Formats: sequence, structure tokens, C-alpha cells
Amino acid sequence: MELQAIWFFLWGLLWAVFFMTDGFDFGIGTIYPFAGKTDTDKRTMLNAMGPLWDGNEVWLITAGGVTFAAFPLVYATMFSTLYTPLMLILFALIFRGVAIHFRGKIDTPAWKRVWDFLIFIGSFVPALLFGVAFANIFQGIPFDGQGFYHGNTLKLLNPYGLLGGVLFVLLFIVHGANWMAVKSTGKLQARMAAISQKTWLALVPVAVVFLLASYFATDLWANYFRYPVLFIVTLVNVAALLSIRYFVANKTYFKAWFASAATIVLCTFFGIIGLFPALFPSSLHPDWHLTAFNASSSPLTLKIMLGVVVVFIPIVIGYQIWAYHLFKDPVTEEDLDMDEAY
Amino acid sequence: MDPVFLSRLQFAAATMFHFLFVPLTLGLSVLIAYMETKYARTGDKTYLRMTKFWGKLFLINFALGVVTGITLEFQFGTNWSRYSAYVGDIFGSLLAIEASVAFFLESTFIGIWIFGWKKLSAKAHAGVMWLVALAGNLSAVWILMANGFMQNPVGYVIKDGRAELESFMALITNKHGLLEIIHVVPASLLLASFFIMGVSAWHLLRKQHLPVFERSFRIGLVVGLVMALFTAFTGDLHGINVSKTQPAKLAAMESHWETQTRAPLVLFAIPDQENEKNLIEIGAIPGILSFLGFHDFNAKVTGLLDIPKDERPPVLPTFVGFRTMVGLGTLFILLTIYGWFKRNNLTENPTYLKIMLFAIPLPYIAMEMGWIVSEVGRQPWIVYGLMRTAEAVSPISTTQVFISLTGFILVYGLLGLVGFYLMAKTVKQGPEAAN
Repeated sequence: MELQAIWFFLWGLLWAVFFMTDGFDFGIGTIYPFAGKTDTDKRTMLNAMGPLWDGNEVWLITAGGVTFAAFPLVYATMFSTLYTPLMLILFALIFRGVAIHFRGKIDTPAWKRVWDFLIFIGSFVPALLFGVAFANIFQGIPFDGQGFYHGNTLKLLNPYGLLGGVLFVLLFIVHGANWMAVKSTGKLQARMAAISQKTWLALVPVAVVFLLASYFATDLWANYFRYPVLFIVTLVNVAALLSIRYFVANKTYFKAWFASAATIVLCTFFGIIGLFPALFPSSLHPDWHLTAFNASSSPLTLKIMLGVVVVFIPIVIGYQIWAYHLFKDPVTEEDLDMDEAY
Repeated sequence: MDPVFLSRLQFAAATMFHFLFVPLTLGLSVLIAYMETKYARTGDKTYLRMTKFWGKLFLINFALGVVTGITLEFQFGTNWSRYSAYVGDIFGSLLAIEASVAFFLESTFIGIWIFGWKKLSAKAHAGVMWLVALAGNLSAVWILMANGFMQNPVGYVIKDGRAELESFMALITNKHGLLEIIHVVPASLLLASFFIMGVSAWHLLRKQHLPVFERSFRIGLVVGLVMALFTAFTGDLHGINVSKTQPAKLAAMESHWETQTRAPLVLFAIPDQENEKNLIEIGAIPGILSFLGFHDFNAKVTGLLDIPKDERPPVLPTFVGFRTMVGLGTLFILLTIYGWFKRNNLTENPTYLKIMLFAIPLPYIAMEMGWIVSEVGRQPWIVYGLMRTAEAVSPISTTQVFISLTGFILVYGLLGLVGFYLMAKTVKQGPEAAN
């Protein structure tokens, strides 16, 4: 396979892993004000993602950095045309990060209310906007051959874009509730399992509508019809989506979380495969599409970066799995009493 | 007001704010790892109390450093897309390596450190802190290498209208980047040790928690003294390199207008860029600028008048920034040498302790000034000699940048207040009681 094609899939993989890992943090943050009935509930939710969310967020930095390194033209055009939504995401991420760290520092209701609100905003907004942004990328972004943007931010909130946003939010909620079911006990665990199941009921029709709408609003299906073997990815995706419900009903929550993780990765890959070879298509003219082949770095940079990624990403995955393993047990009262707990 | 000016302002605000937290994080992580190792080896609870106390302050900084760092990476794409497209082949790869090799390590292990006290042995837990410290400083190495490329582009060829990587070795052995690393990383340790000394002084003045803070102060003092001397030394090396590779920056640092041999060092001046001269000039010592720039009293130093007008950096901030940094650097050496002689009876020297308390902001100022010299002094180039800042900006509207800039100022201003408040509260609370 060509170097640029390999990089295209690595690029997709990094975004997929980011959505898979930080996705459940976003999900937990989104349901946080509603599902956390007591302060202990809320602290359990924060401490359930506490040891992991920092490392999860770096997948975004790496996905961004790799876009910059391997496809500089895409990096430049993507983030300057999507200036306003990206700024909103960045501010939301600032709020989330600070809020998780600072909420527990002072024990007054007013202090906590402020940070509680920001945890919600900081999780819900990125979940929604990443979905909106990617759905819009699937449709094509109105930019010309010089990288000038001919749209406006409000137009990103078109029906298909919003559908993508809702899909992401629902996926992340299910994923987050599954993780919380792993990390909690008793009433909170039961509530989380119920949230996962109920949200799943909304997720399935939205996913079906999204797949259908993709046929009309985008060219994503073209690659699938050209190479029907690719439908396997979609079938596995459907299987993963259906199995979430099965595992939650069986109270095997870790398996359910694993299934929702797989669903997110496969959903992302549904789009990535459909886009190939474009990373950032222009809705104005096909000549202006930025593809793996016309927007990549030099072969030397691609080779060196491939070396770096092939060596280091498995190491990263290794120690992150160790971290997940270290913190796989439910959050206990003793954990919450620790000085360092959130 | 145009997108270039506003984007520059936004980037300057975002980096300078980011850099209020990063150096303390870098330096403190090493010192905390040292303290925790002492605890793991000796079982001495004082070291554990030290680790936990400084650890709390470290974490507040870490949180603010991370969230403000994320916005920086993406601003290259949002506001400087022409730059990103032009040098992404080189600059982007350094950022990507930083994320995958260093930042992942730091962020994953900081979570393990915070929550892993009961899950890991004391030695393993201290080891985790060493990984955090190592990874944080490794991040700085890659970022400074990336900045080194902007200051002194090497290892590239221009092909198809952009800079393409030609030699990765040349890129990562860029002298400018290496000199930045050996100046900025030790400066972070210097800042952290002054922070430790200042905070310790506050408690020592109140004669409370003496075991923790006497010991902390001494660690700060030793590291501070060594680093104060070392940063002065590497700063000098850096200066010589700049005078060779960036003559315009050197001239602006010294507000030096006429090209001459035996160039004098001016003690005090008020530069007047418009009329191409110094309004006031006091105390010119012949030959010293030649010596500082080239280690030769007779060396010829290019003046600003011999640099095309549109290639001259803004003189006033570069000049003032440089003077402030060097002046403070000298003060740090004096303060730590004095402290060395008083190290055994600190509590009997309240005046010195008070000075050290009020010295906490000084290394911060010195570092911010250093960056002003480095970055403002590089203008009008975004990549020295290769691409102008004005050519690098994204095709975005003034309104967009104006709104985001306002957002940055508001949010960062509030975060700064909250961060400062939490730090002060943590300092006042002091370490856990001894038992």
C-alpha cells in the first residue's frame, strides 16, 4: 500500500481512538448534572474518569499533531475554515479540564455549582460539535482552491450536520454510562445501566437515519458499492451496536463498554472509509478536494513519522491499558476520602 | 486592526499565559520526584509531607498548563494556516512527535500519580513521578526544537512552493534549538526553586512547619544556585549564536543603530524607532557589545541602520526585555549566593526571607521577557529569513479573531484569578500535620 494511503488510515484511526477514549469522558460529563443525584454520585462520576481522562485527551492532541505532520494542507484548511466551531470546542475543553481539577478544591455549594455547569458544557459542546464538524466534512466544506472559506458557521448546523452531532452525543452517553456502570455500585450503577439502555433505544433509530441520510447528503456510500467487501465493516458495526444492549441487560458492563468502544471506532471508520482518499472534501468543486495524495507531507516526513508512530503508539497503548487495568475497580468510599480525589 | 495584528496578539496572549504555568510544572516535577524518592528510600515522613504539599501546587499548575497548551497547538491551524501549509512538513512533525512520545507519557502517568497512592508501592509511585518529570521536560525539548526551526530554519529544501524536510538529523541537531533547550529547561528549574524558596520563606517567617520548609528551602537553594549560574552561562552561549545567525535581533536587543567595530554597550537608552536613533543614551562602554556578541572586543557589530527598514524588529520591547532578563538573572545569582552563606540559620535572617518571598514573581518576569526577546526580536519573520509573519496568517475575518481574542482574554483572566486564589489557599493551608 502506498505511504499516503497508510497515513490516511492512521489519521482516521487516531481520531477514532480519540472518540473511543475521551468519548466516555464526554458522555459522563453530559449526563453528569442529571444522573448525579447527590454530591457523592457526582464525585464518583468524576473519580471514575479521574485517572484516565488526561491521557485520553492527548489522543486529540496527537490526532491534531499527526494531521499537521502528515497532511499539513488539511490541517491548515480544516482548522481555519472551521475556525469558530473549533474555538468553541477549545474553550469547552478548557472549561472541562479546569472544572474537573478545581471542583473539589473548595467545599461550598456555590463553588461546586459553577464547576458542575462547566463540566457539563465542557463535555456536551465538544461531543456535539465534533459530530457536527465530521458530518459536515462528510458532506464537503465550502472552500476554494486557495483555502478560502465561502460558508458561514451557522450553515454548519444543517440537518445532516445536526444529525451527526446528535449521533455523537448519544453514542458518547451510552459509552459513558457503560463505563460508569463498570466503575460504580448499587443505586448509581443501576441508574447508569438504565441510562445506557434508554439512550440506546434512541441511538439505534438515529444511527439508521444517519446511514440513510448519508446516502442522500454525501458520497460516503460510493466506496462501499465499488468494493462491496467493505460492507463487512458496517455489519460488524451493527453487531457491535446491538451487542451493547445485550451486555448491559446481562449486567456484564465491561463487555458493554467494550462493545460501545468498538461501535464508536467502527462508526468513525464508516466515515473514514467513505471519504477515502479525501480527508477534507470541498463542496464547491471536486478539484479542490484535499486528499491523501494531494495534501500530504513529503515522503521523507511520512517515513520518519511512520517510524515514530509505529514504535511509540504501541508503547502508549501498552501503558494506557496498564492504567485502565490499574483503575478498573469501582470507585469506593475509601477512594473518595483520599486527599487527591476530585 | 487586521487579522495579522489580532492573531499575533492572540498567540502572544495564549503563549505568555501558558508559559506562566509550564516552567513551574517542568521544574517542580523534578524536585518533587527527588523528594518522593527520598521518602521511598528512607521512609522519612517529612519527605512525604513535602511531596504532597508541593504536589498540590504542582497539580494546579499542571491543569492550567495543559488546558492552555491545547489551544496553542490548534492556533497554528486556525490563525496561521499559511504558515502551517508552508512548513507543516517540518514543524508539524516535531509537534506530532512531542504529542506521541512525551505528552502521552506525562498525561497518562500524572493520572496514575494522583490516584495511585494506594495502588502502587512507594518506590513505584516515586518512579511514576520521575516519568512525569522526564516526559514533561522531554515535551519542552521537542517544542523548543520546533521553535528553533522558526528561529533558524535548517534541514529543509523549498519544493513546490513549500519547505520540505531534507535532513531530520539537521533538524534535531539545530544549534539554535539545542541552545534554547539548555537555557530554558534549567531556567524552569531556577523558577521552580525560587518558587519553593519563596513559599518556604513565607512559612519560615511565621516559624511554622519548620522541618518541611527548612528542608524545602535548602533543596531550592542548592538547585537555584546551580541553575542561576548555569542559565547565565547558557544565556551567554545563546547570545553569541544569535549575534551570528540573527544580527537584526542582536541590534534590537541593544538598540544598536550604527554598524561599528569595538561596539559599545549602552547602560541605559530610550530607543526611537521612527527616527532611527536613541533618544537618550547613558553610559556607553566601548567594546563590551562586541565582546558580548562575539567574545571579541574588536568585532564588528551590525547596526539597525544597515538592516532594511522592513526587516527590523520592534526595538523597544526587545531592548527592554533583554535588559530586564539579564538584570534579573544577575540578581538571582546574588540572591542564591547570599542564601548559601545563610543556609544554616535561615529563620534568623527574616529580611532575606522576606526578599525571597517577594522574589517569587521575578523568574516569571525574566522568562516572559526572554520570550519577548526571542519572539518579538524575530519579527517581521515567522520563520527567520524564510517567511514573513504577515504572509503566514489564515484567510479569516477580523471579526472572528476579535471575538476569539476577547474570549481568550476573558477566560484566561478568570482562570488566572482562580488559579492564583487556589495556589494562595493551598500555600496558606500548609502541609499535612506531622504524626
